[in-house]
Amino acid sequence: MKFNPNSGFLYTVAAVVIVFVIAQSLFFLIRAYKRAKVIGMDMSQIRKVIASTAIFTIAPAISILLGVVTLSKFIGLPLPWIRLSVIGAITYELPAATTTAKALHISIANTISDPMGYAAIAWVMTLGIMPSLVLVPILLKRIQRGLLKIKKNDNKWGDLFITAMFLGMISAFLGLVFADVRSGLAGWIPIFVLLFSALLMGICGVLVKVFKLNWLYNYALPISMLGAMAFAAIITPIIQ
Amino acid sequence: MNKRSYDDMSHFYGKIWIWTAFVILMCVPISICVYYNAWPGLTPVFKGLIGVAPIYWTVGAIEVITYTPMLGTCGSYLGFVTGNLTNLKVPSAINAMENAKVKSGTEEGEIVSTIAIATSSIVTTIVIAVGVLLIAQLTPILNSQALKPAFENILPALFGGLAVVYISKNWKIAMVPLFFMIILFLIVPTLSSYIGILVPLGALIAISSARILYKKNMI
Repeated sequence: MKFNPNSGFLYTVAAVVIVFVIAQSLFFLIRAYKRAKVIGMDMSQIRKVIASTAIFTIAPAISILLGVVTLSKFIGLPLPWIRLSVIGAITYELPAATTTAKALHISIANTISDPMGYAAIAWVMTLGIMPSLVLVPILLKRIQRGLLKIKKNDNKWGDLFITAMFLGMISAFLGLVFADVRSGLAGWIPIFVLLFSALLMGICGVLVKVFKLNWLYNYALPISMLGAMAFAAIITPIIQ
Repeated sequence: MNKRSYDDMSHFYGKIWIWTAFVILMCVPISICVYYNAWPGLTPVFKGLIGVAPIYWTVGAIEVITYTPMLGTCGSYLGFVTGNLTNLKVPSAINAMENAKVKSGTEEGEIVSTIAIATSSIVTTIVIAVGVLLIAQLTPILNSQALKPAFENILPALFGGLAVVYISKNWKIAMVPLFFMIILFLIVPTLSSYIGILVPLGALIAISSARILYKKNMI
Protein backbone atom coordinates (compact mmCIF):
# COMPACT_ATOMS: atom_id res chain seq x y z
CA MET A 1 0.00 0.00 0.00
CA LYS A 2 1.37 3.40 -0.97
CA PHE A 3 2.27 5.41 2.09
CA ASN A 4 0.91 8.93 2.57
CA PRO A 5 1.40 10.77 5.92
CA ASN A 6 -1.84 12.67 5.21
CA SER A 7 -3.96 9.63 4.32
CA GLY A 8 -7.62 9.20 5.21
CA PHE A 9 -6.68 6.27 7.44
CA LEU A 10 -4.36 8.43 9.57
CA TYR A 11 -7.00 11.17 9.80
CA THR A 12 -9.47 8.52 11.03
CA VAL A 13 -7.01 7.39 13.72
CA ALA A 14 -6.54 11.05 14.73
CA ALA A 15 -10.31 11.59 14.87
CA VAL A 16 -10.73 8.60 17.23
CA VAL A 17 -8.09 10.01 19.60
CA ILE A 18 -9.60 13.52 19.48
CA VAL A 19 -13.10 12.19 20.22
CA PHE A 20 -11.66 10.30 23.21
CA VAL A 21 -9.98 13.45 24.60
CA ILE A 22 -13.19 15.49 24.22
CA ALA A 23 -15.22 12.68 25.85
CA GLN A 24 -12.87 12.47 28.84
CA SER A 25 -12.86 16.25 29.29
CA LEU A 26 -16.66 16.45 29.03
CA PHE A 27 -17.07 13.59 31.51
CA PHE A 28 -14.98 15.34 34.19
CA LEU A 29 -16.46 18.77 33.39
CA ILE A 30 -20.06 17.59 33.77
CA ARG A 31 -19.25 15.53 36.86
CA ALA A 32 -17.52 18.47 38.59
CA TYR A 33 -20.28 20.89 37.55
CA LYS A 34 -22.95 18.59 39.03
CA ARG A 35 -20.93 18.18 42.23
CA ALA A 36 -20.58 21.96 42.53
CA LYS A 37 -24.39 22.20 42.47
CA VAL A 38 -24.81 19.41 45.05
CA ILE A 39 -22.48 21.03 47.59
CA GLY A 40 -24.07 24.45 47.05
CA MET A 41 -21.24 26.32 45.35
CA ASP A 42 -21.92 29.68 43.69
CA MET A 43 -22.84 28.52 40.17
CA SER A 44 -22.45 31.97 38.63
CA GLN A 45 -18.80 31.85 39.76
CA ILE A 46 -18.44 28.38 38.21
CA ARG A 47 -19.79 29.72 34.89
CA LYS A 48 -17.29 32.61 35.13
CA VAL A 49 -14.49 30.05 35.63
CA ILE A 50 -15.58 28.28 32.43
CA ALA A 51 -15.81 31.51 30.42
CA SER A 52 -12.53 33.04 31.63
CA THR A 53 -10.62 29.76 31.22
CA ALA A 54 -11.97 29.35 27.67
CA ILE A 55 -10.84 32.87 26.72
CA PHE A 56 -7.47 32.41 28.44
CA THR A 57 -6.89 29.12 26.57
CA ILE A 58 -7.34 30.40 23.01
CA ALA A 59 -3.93 32.08 22.57
CA PRO A 60 -1.84 29.19 24.01
CA ALA A 61 -3.96 26.77 21.93
CA ILE A 62 -3.07 28.71 18.78
CA SER A 63 0.60 28.49 19.75
CA ILE A 64 0.14 24.68 20.06
CA LEU A 65 -1.46 24.74 16.60
CA LEU A 66 1.71 26.46 15.35
CA GLY A 67 3.58 23.40 16.62
CA VAL A 68 1.25 21.14 14.60
CA VAL A 69 1.93 23.26 11.48
CA THR A 70 5.71 23.10 12.10
CA LEU A 71 5.73 19.31 12.42
CA SER A 72 3.26 18.78 9.56
CA LYS A 73 5.82 19.90 6.99
CA PHE A 74 7.84 16.79 7.83
CA ILE A 75 5.40 14.12 9.07
CA GLY A 76 2.05 15.30 7.72
CA LEU A 77 -0.88 16.61 9.77
CA PRO A 78 -2.54 13.63 11.52
CA LEU A 79 0.38 12.48 13.71
CA PRO A 80 1.27 15.95 15.12
CA TRP A 81 -2.46 16.56 15.56
CA ILE A 82 -2.71 13.42 17.71
CA ARG A 83 0.52 14.02 19.61
CA LEU A 84 -0.14 17.68 20.44
CA SER A 85 -3.75 17.02 21.46
CA VAL A 86 -2.76 14.23 23.87
CA ILE A 87 0.01 14.65 26.46
CA GLY A 88 2.50 16.02 23.95
CA ALA A 89 4.13 19.41 23.77
CA ILE A 90 6.15 20.76 20.87
CA THR A 91 9.23 20.87 23.15
CA TYR A 92 9.18 17.05 23.18
CA GLU A 93 7.57 16.11 19.87
CA LEU A 94 9.94 18.11 17.65
CA PRO A 95 13.17 16.65 19.15
CA ALA A 96 11.58 13.16 19.17
CA ALA A 97 10.74 13.36 15.45
CA THR A 98 14.02 14.92 14.37
CA THR A 99 16.23 12.66 16.54
CA THR A 100 14.57 9.54 15.14
CA ALA A 101 14.80 10.89 11.58
CA LYS A 102 18.50 11.66 12.02
CA ALA A 103 19.16 8.22 13.50
CA LEU A 104 17.48 6.66 10.45
CA HIS A 105 19.17 9.07 7.99
CA ILE A 106 15.82 10.52 6.88
CA SER A 107 15.84 14.13 5.70
CA ILE A 108 13.58 16.41 7.74
CA ALA A 109 13.54 19.00 4.93
CA ASN A 110 10.91 17.06 2.95
CA THR A 111 7.65 15.32 3.80
CA ILE A 112 8.40 11.77 4.92
CA SER A 113 7.68 9.05 2.36
CA ASP A 114 9.14 6.01 4.12
CA PRO A 115 6.47 4.12 6.15
CA MET A 116 9.15 2.36 8.26
CA GLY A 117 10.67 5.69 9.30
CA TYR A 118 7.21 7.13 9.94
CA ALA A 119 6.24 4.16 12.12
CA ALA A 120 9.53 4.46 14.07
CA ILE A 121 8.85 8.17 14.67
CA ALA A 122 5.29 7.36 15.83
CA TRP A 123 6.68 4.79 18.31
CA VAL A 124 9.33 7.17 19.68
CA MET A 125 6.80 9.99 20.04
CA THR A 126 4.43 7.64 21.88
CA LEU A 127 6.88 5.78 24.14
CA GLY A 128 8.74 8.94 25.14
CA ILE A 129 5.75 10.47 26.89
CA MET A 130 4.29 7.35 28.50
CA PRO A 131 5.93 7.54 31.97
CA SER A 132 3.71 10.35 33.23
CA LEU A 133 0.61 8.53 31.98
CA VAL A 134 1.65 5.34 33.80
CA LEU A 135 2.91 7.06 36.96
CA VAL A 136 -0.19 9.19 37.66
CA PRO A 137 -2.52 6.25 38.49
CA ILE A 138 0.29 4.56 40.46
CA LEU A 139 1.56 7.55 42.46
CA LEU A 140 -1.33 10.01 42.73
CA LYS A 141 -2.98 8.54 45.84
CA ARG A 142 0.37 8.22 47.62
CA ILE A 143 1.31 11.84 46.83
CA GLN A 144 -2.10 13.01 48.07
CA ARG A 145 -1.76 10.95 51.26
CA GLY A 146 1.60 12.66 51.87
CA LEU A 147 0.05 16.09 51.36
CA LEU A 148 -2.88 15.21 53.60
CA LYS A 149 -0.42 14.17 56.30
CA ILE A 150 1.39 17.51 56.02
CA LYS A 151 -1.94 19.37 56.25
CA LYS A 152 -3.15 17.27 59.19
CA ASN A 153 0.01 18.00 61.13
CA ASP A 154 -0.02 21.71 60.32
CA ASN A 155 -2.79 23.14 58.11
CA LYS A 156 -1.10 26.51 57.56
CA TRP A 157 2.15 24.89 56.47
CA GLY A 158 0.17 22.57 54.15
CA ASP A 159 -1.23 25.61 52.30
CA LEU A 160 2.17 27.31 52.22
CA PHE A 161 3.71 24.12 50.81
CA ILE A 162 1.42 24.18 47.73
CA THR A 163 1.87 27.94 47.31
CA ALA A 164 5.67 27.51 47.47
CA MET A 165 5.54 24.79 44.80
CA PHE A 166 3.67 27.06 42.44
CA LEU A 167 5.98 30.00 43.20
CA GLY A 168 8.93 27.73 42.40
CA MET A 169 7.40 27.02 39.00
CA ILE A 170 6.74 30.73 38.33
CA SER A 171 10.32 31.55 39.43
CA ALA A 172 11.79 29.09 36.93
CA PHE A 173 9.83 30.64 34.06
CA LEU A 174 10.60 34.19 35.20
CA GLY A 175 14.30 33.29 35.33
CA LEU A 176 14.05 31.77 31.85
CA VAL A 177 13.03 35.16 30.49
CA PHE A 178 16.50 36.48 31.40
CA ALA A 179 18.35 33.78 29.44
CA ASP A 180 18.94 35.90 26.32
CA VAL A 181 19.79 39.29 27.81
CA ARG A 182 23.45 38.94 26.87
CA SER A 183 22.51 38.81 23.18
CA GLY A 184 21.78 42.56 23.10
CA LEU A 185 18.59 44.63 23.11
CA ALA A 186 16.62 41.95 21.23
CA GLY A 187 17.31 39.60 24.16
CA TRP A 188 15.47 42.04 26.43
CA ILE A 189 12.21 41.72 24.48
CA PRO A 190 10.87 38.85 26.66
CA ILE A 191 11.60 40.97 29.77
CA PHE A 192 9.76 43.98 28.30
CA VAL A 193 6.84 41.67 27.45
CA LEU A 194 6.84 40.22 30.97
CA LEU A 195 6.87 43.70 32.52
CA PHE A 196 4.08 44.87 30.23
CA SER A 197 1.98 41.84 31.16
CA ALA A 198 2.65 42.61 34.84
CA LEU A 199 1.67 46.26 34.26
CA LEU A 200 -1.62 45.24 32.61
CA MET A 201 -2.38 42.89 35.50
CA GLY A 202 -1.62 45.73 37.93
CA ILE A 203 -3.98 48.08 36.04
CA CYS A 204 -6.72 45.41 36.09
CA GLY A 205 -6.17 45.08 39.84
CA VAL A 206 -6.58 48.84 40.33
CA LEU A 207 -9.71 48.91 38.15
CA VAL A 208 -11.24 46.11 40.21
CA LYS A 209 -10.31 47.51 43.63
CA VAL A 210 -10.66 51.26 43.10
CA PHE A 211 -13.29 51.51 40.37
CA LYS A 212 -15.18 48.37 41.44
CA LEU A 213 -15.14 46.84 37.94
CA ASN A 214 -15.62 43.40 39.47
CA TRP A 215 -16.37 41.63 36.16
CA LEU A 216 -12.75 42.29 35.21
CA TYR A 217 -11.49 40.13 38.07
CA ASN A 218 -12.03 36.84 36.23
CA TYR A 219 -10.62 38.13 32.93
CA ALA A 220 -7.48 39.89 34.18
CA LEU A 221 -5.14 37.03 33.19
CA PRO A 222 -6.35 36.63 29.57
CA ILE A 223 -6.33 40.43 29.18
CA SER A 224 -2.76 40.81 30.48
CA MET A 225 -1.53 37.84 28.41
CA LEU A 226 -3.17 38.88 25.13
CA GLY A 227 -2.20 42.54 25.68
CA ALA A 228 1.43 41.57 26.29
CA MET A 229 1.44 39.35 23.17
CA ALA A 230 0.16 42.31 21.11
CA PHE A 231 2.87 44.44 22.74
CA ALA A 232 5.50 41.86 21.67
CA ALA A 233 4.23 42.03 18.08
CA ILE A 234 4.56 45.84 18.15
CA ILE A 235 7.96 46.25 19.82
CA THR A 236 9.84 43.38 18.16
CA PRO A 237 10.06 44.94 14.65
CA ILE A 238 11.07 48.27 16.24
CA ILE A 239 13.87 46.73 18.34
CA GLN A 240 15.19 44.20 15.85
CA MET B 1 -22.66 11.03 48.25
CA ASN B 2 -20.17 12.20 50.86
CA LYS B 3 -16.79 13.83 50.19
CA ARG B 4 -14.81 10.64 50.71
CA SER B 5 -16.85 8.66 48.23
CA TYR B 6 -16.72 11.52 45.69
CA ASP B 7 -12.93 11.52 45.94
CA ASP B 8 -12.74 7.73 45.80
CA MET B 9 -14.97 7.71 42.71
CA SER B 10 -12.73 10.39 41.16
CA HIS B 11 -9.79 7.99 41.48
CA PHE B 12 -11.91 5.11 40.16
CA TYR B 13 -13.08 6.99 37.05
CA GLY B 14 -9.72 8.68 36.63
CA LYS B 15 -7.90 5.35 36.51
CA ILE B 16 -10.36 3.94 33.95
CA TRP B 17 -9.90 6.99 31.70
CA ILE B 18 -6.13 7.20 32.02
CA TRP B 19 -5.54 3.47 31.35
CA THR B 20 -7.95 3.68 28.40
CA ALA B 21 -5.90 6.64 27.13
CA PHE B 22 -2.77 4.49 27.52
CA VAL B 23 -4.29 1.70 25.40
CA ILE B 24 -5.62 4.10 22.73
CA LEU B 25 -2.25 5.86 22.46
CA MET B 26 -0.39 2.57 22.11
CA CYS B 27 -2.86 1.59 19.39
CA VAL B 28 -1.76 4.59 17.27
CA PRO B 29 1.72 3.29 16.30
CA ILE B 30 0.45 -0.31 16.28
CA SER B 31 -2.33 0.57 13.79
CA ILE B 32 0.19 2.43 11.60
CA CYS B 33 2.47 -0.64 11.55
CA VAL B 34 -0.43 -3.01 10.78
CA TYR B 35 -2.13 -0.82 8.14
CA TYR B 36 1.06 -0.07 6.18
CA ASN B 37 2.69 -3.38 7.03
CA ALA B 38 5.68 -1.36 8.16
CA TRP B 39 7.37 -2.78 11.24
CA PRO B 40 10.50 -0.73 11.93
CA GLY B 41 11.96 -3.24 14.42
CA LEU B 42 13.50 -2.47 17.79
CA THR B 43 16.78 -0.92 16.63
CA PRO B 44 15.40 2.19 14.84
CA VAL B 45 12.96 2.85 17.70
CA PHE B 46 15.74 2.40 20.25
CA LYS B 47 18.03 4.73 18.27
CA GLY B 48 15.35 7.43 18.35
CA LEU B 49 14.39 6.84 21.97
CA ILE B 50 17.96 6.95 23.28
CA GLY B 51 18.21 10.55 22.09
CA VAL B 52 15.14 11.79 23.94
CA ALA B 53 13.90 9.24 26.48
CA PRO B 54 16.52 9.69 29.26
CA ILE B 55 15.68 13.36 29.68
CA TYR B 56 11.93 13.15 28.95
CA TRP B 57 11.28 10.10 31.11
CA THR B 58 13.05 11.86 33.97
CA VAL B 59 11.09 15.07 33.39
CA GLY B 60 7.85 13.07 33.07
CA ALA B 61 8.41 11.39 36.43
CA ILE B 62 9.34 14.68 38.12
CA GLU B 63 6.27 16.41 36.60
CA VAL B 64 3.97 13.88 38.24
CA ILE B 65 5.38 14.70 41.68
CA THR B 66 5.48 18.46 41.04
CA TYR B 67 2.13 19.09 39.37
CA THR B 68 -0.33 16.62 40.89
CA PRO B 69 -0.59 18.61 44.16
CA MET B 70 -1.51 21.72 42.14
CA LEU B 71 -3.95 19.97 39.77
CA GLY B 72 -5.97 17.87 42.22
CA THR B 73 -7.37 14.36 41.61
CA CYS B 74 -9.52 14.71 38.47
CA GLY B 75 -7.28 17.53 37.20
CA SER B 76 -4.28 15.18 37.31
CA TYR B 77 -6.06 12.29 35.58
CA LEU B 78 -7.23 14.70 32.87
CA GLY B 79 -4.28 17.11 32.67
CA PHE B 80 -1.68 14.38 32.26
CA VAL B 81 -3.67 12.95 29.33
CA THR B 82 -4.27 16.25 27.55
CA GLY B 83 -0.77 17.63 28.20
CA ASN B 84 0.66 21.16 27.95
CA LEU B 85 0.74 21.39 31.74
CA THR B 86 3.11 24.29 32.40
CA ASN B 87 1.93 26.62 29.66
CA LEU B 88 -1.78 25.94 30.03
CA LYS B 89 -3.29 23.48 32.53
CA VAL B 90 -1.46 24.47 35.74
CA PRO B 91 -1.90 28.25 35.21
CA SER B 92 -5.57 27.66 34.26
CA ALA B 93 -6.24 25.65 37.41
CA ILE B 94 -4.36 27.96 39.79
CA ASN B 95 -5.87 31.12 38.28
CA ALA B 96 -9.39 29.67 38.42
CA MET B 97 -8.98 28.69 42.10
CA GLU B 98 -7.62 32.17 42.88
CA ASN B 99 -10.54 33.89 41.14
CA ALA B 100 -13.11 31.60 42.78
CA LYS B 101 -11.39 32.16 46.16
CA VAL B 102 -11.06 28.44 46.88
CA LYS B 103 -8.00 26.54 48.08
CA SER B 104 -6.33 23.55 46.46
CA GLY B 105 -6.74 20.42 48.57
CA THR B 106 -10.37 21.27 49.43
CA GLU B 107 -13.40 19.81 47.63
CA GLU B 108 -14.28 23.25 46.23
CA GLY B 109 -10.71 23.64 44.97
CA GLU B 110 -10.86 20.18 43.41
CA ILE B 111 -14.11 21.05 41.57
CA VAL B 112 -12.90 24.44 40.29
CA SER B 113 -9.54 23.01 39.20
CA THR B 114 -11.27 20.14 37.34
CA ILE B 115 -13.66 22.51 35.58
CA ALA B 116 -10.80 24.80 34.52
CA ILE B 117 -8.64 21.95 33.21
CA ALA B 118 -11.56 20.27 31.40
CA THR B 119 -12.63 23.57 29.80
CA SER B 120 -9.05 24.31 28.78
CA SER B 121 -8.67 20.81 27.29
CA ILE B 122 -11.91 21.08 25.29
CA VAL B 123 -11.08 24.56 23.95
CA THR B 124 -7.53 23.52 23.04
CA THR B 125 -8.74 20.39 21.23
CA ILE B 126 -11.38 22.38 19.32
CA VAL B 127 -8.91 25.15 18.36
CA ILE B 128 -6.39 22.58 17.07
CA ALA B 129 -9.11 20.61 15.24
CA VAL B 130 -10.49 23.75 13.56
CA GLY B 131 -6.91 24.78 12.74
CA VAL B 132 -6.21 21.39 11.14
CA LEU B 133 -9.42 21.54 9.08
CA LEU B 134 -8.61 25.07 7.89
CA ILE B 135 -4.86 24.55 7.65
CA ALA B 136 -4.56 25.80 4.06
CA GLN B 137 -6.30 29.07 4.88
CA LEU B 138 -4.64 29.54 8.28
CA THR B 139 -1.00 28.66 7.53
CA PRO B 140 -0.14 32.03 5.90
CA ILE B 141 -1.67 33.86 8.90
CA LEU B 142 -0.03 31.61 11.51
CA ASN B 143 3.36 31.92 9.81
CA SER B 144 3.09 35.68 9.26
CA GLN B 145 6.06 37.71 10.45
CA ALA B 146 3.72 40.14 12.23
CA LEU B 147 2.28 37.46 14.55
CA LYS B 148 5.51 35.51 15.07
CA PRO B 149 6.84 37.68 17.97
CA ALA B 150 3.50 37.43 19.75
CA PHE B 151 3.60 33.63 19.89
CA GLU B 152 7.34 33.53 20.58
CA ASN B 153 6.68 35.56 23.73
CA ILE B 154 3.65 33.68 25.01
CA LEU B 155 5.43 32.45 28.17
CA PRO B 156 6.62 35.89 29.42
CA ALA B 157 3.16 37.25 28.50
CA LEU B 158 1.53 34.56 30.65
CA PHE B 159 3.92 34.49 33.59
CA GLY B 160 4.21 38.31 33.88
CA GLY B 161 0.55 38.56 34.82
CA LEU B 162 0.62 35.49 37.04
CA ALA B 163 3.73 36.77 38.83
CA VAL B 164 1.99 40.00 39.87
CA VAL B 165 -0.84 38.07 41.51
CA TYR B 166 1.25 35.47 43.31
CA ILE B 167 4.53 37.24 44.04
CA SER B 168 2.77 40.33 45.43
CA LYS B 169 0.87 38.08 47.85
CA ASN B 170 3.79 35.83 48.74
CA TRP B 171 6.86 37.95 48.00
CA LYS B 172 8.80 36.66 51.00
CA ILE B 173 8.56 33.06 49.75
CA ALA B 174 9.20 34.06 46.13
CA MET B 175 12.38 36.11 46.65
CA VAL B 176 14.90 33.27 47.10
CA PRO B 177 13.80 31.00 44.18
CA LEU B 178 13.26 34.01 41.93
CA PHE B 179 16.73 35.50 42.47
CA PHE B 180 18.28 32.03 42.24
CA MET B 181 16.64 31.38 38.85
CA ILE B 182 17.42 34.83 37.42
CA ILE B 183 21.10 34.53 38.39
CA LEU B 184 21.25 30.93 37.15
CA PHE B 185 19.88 31.85 33.71
CA LEU B 186 22.12 34.93 33.49
CA ILE B 187 25.19 32.78 34.19
CA VAL B 188 24.16 29.72 32.15
CA PRO B 189 21.68 30.79 29.42
CA THR B 190 21.84 27.37 27.74
CA LEU B 191 19.90 25.92 30.68
CA SER B 192 16.72 27.15 28.99
CA SER B 193 16.56 23.74 27.26
CA TYR B 194 16.28 22.09 30.70
CA ILE B 195 13.32 24.06 32.04
CA GLY B 196 11.50 20.79 32.78
CA ILE B 197 14.12 19.94 35.38
CA LEU B 198 14.50 23.48 36.69
CA VAL B 199 10.78 23.77 37.60
CA PRO B 200 11.01 21.12 40.36
CA LEU B 201 14.36 22.60 41.44
CA GLY B 202 12.63 25.99 41.79
CA ALA B 203 9.84 24.28 43.75
CA LEU B 204 12.36 22.63 46.09
CA ILE B 205 14.14 25.95 46.73
CA ALA B 206 10.80 27.73 47.31
CA ILE B 207 9.61 25.03 49.73
CA SER B 208 12.92 25.13 51.67
CA SER B 209 12.93 28.91 51.91
CA ALA B 210 9.22 28.91 52.89
CA ARG B 211 9.95 26.35 55.61
CA ILE B 212 12.77 28.45 57.07
CA LEU B 213 10.62 31.62 57.02
CA TYR B 214 7.70 29.72 58.55
CA LYS B 215 9.83 28.29 61.34
CA LYS B 216 11.10 31.82 62.10
CA ASN B 217 7.48 33.10 62.15
CA MET B 218 8.24 35.45 59.26
CA ILE B 219 5.28 34.32 57.12
